[in-house]
Amino acid sequence: MENIFELIGGVFLMLGSISLLISAVGLYRMPDFYNRIQVGTKASTFGVFLTIIGVAFIFPGWSPKLLAMLMFILFTNPISSHIIARAAYYTKVPLSDRTKVDKLQEVSKVHLKKVKNKG
Amino acid sequence: MVSIMIYISVAISLISVLVALVRFVKGPEKVDRIVAIDVISIIGLTLILLMSTIMKRIIYIDVAIVYAILGFIGIIVVSRFLKRGL
Repeated sequence: MENIFELIGGVFLMLGSISLLISAVGLYRMPDFYNRIQVGTKASTFGVFLTIIGVAFIFPGWSPKLLAMLMFILFTNPISSHIIARAAYYTKVPLSDRTKVDKLQEVSKVHLKKVKNKG
Repeated sequence: MVSIMIYISVAISLISVLVALVRFVKGPEKVDRIVAIDVISIIGLTLILLMSTIMKRIIYIDVAIVYAILGFIGIIVVSRFLKRGL
C-alpha cells in the first residue's frame, strides 16, 4: 500500500520537472519580453506545485511544512512577476510587432496627467 | 523504482537550468535577465526539494523555504531599482 503512494509521488515529481522544462523552453523561444514572463512564471509555479505534491506523497509526515512552503510560493510568485512586468513597462521595454491591443498606454497617460496637475 | 524516477527528474531539472541560462546570456534587455534568474532560482528550489527526498532529511525543506524568501526579496529589490533607482 505504501509502495503505491511512492509510485504516485514519483509520477508527480516527473510531471513537475517536465513542466519546469516546458517553462525554460518557452523562456527561450518566446518572441517578446511579456510573453516570456507569462510562460516563465506560470509554468514554473505549476512545476513547483506538482513537485511539492509529489514529495508530500512520498513522505506524508512532511506535509505541514510542505503546505506552508506551497502557500508561500503560490502567494509570492505572481507578485514578483507583476512587479517585473511593471518595471519593464515603465522602463519602455519594446512590445512585439504582433501586439494588437495596449490598453495600459492610455491609462498610464491619464495617470501621468493627474500626477502633473497635482503638482 | 522511485529513486530512478527522482534521478530522472533531477536530470530534467538540470537540463532546464541550462536552457534558461541560454536566455540569461542572450537576453537583449535587462528584465529578460531578471526573469531568467527568477526561473533559475525556482528550479534550484525544486532541486533542493529533490535533494531532501533523496537524502530523506526534513531539514533541507527549511533551507528551501529560506531560499524562496531570499529569491523573492532579491527580485523585488532589483526590479524596483530598475524602475526608479535606489
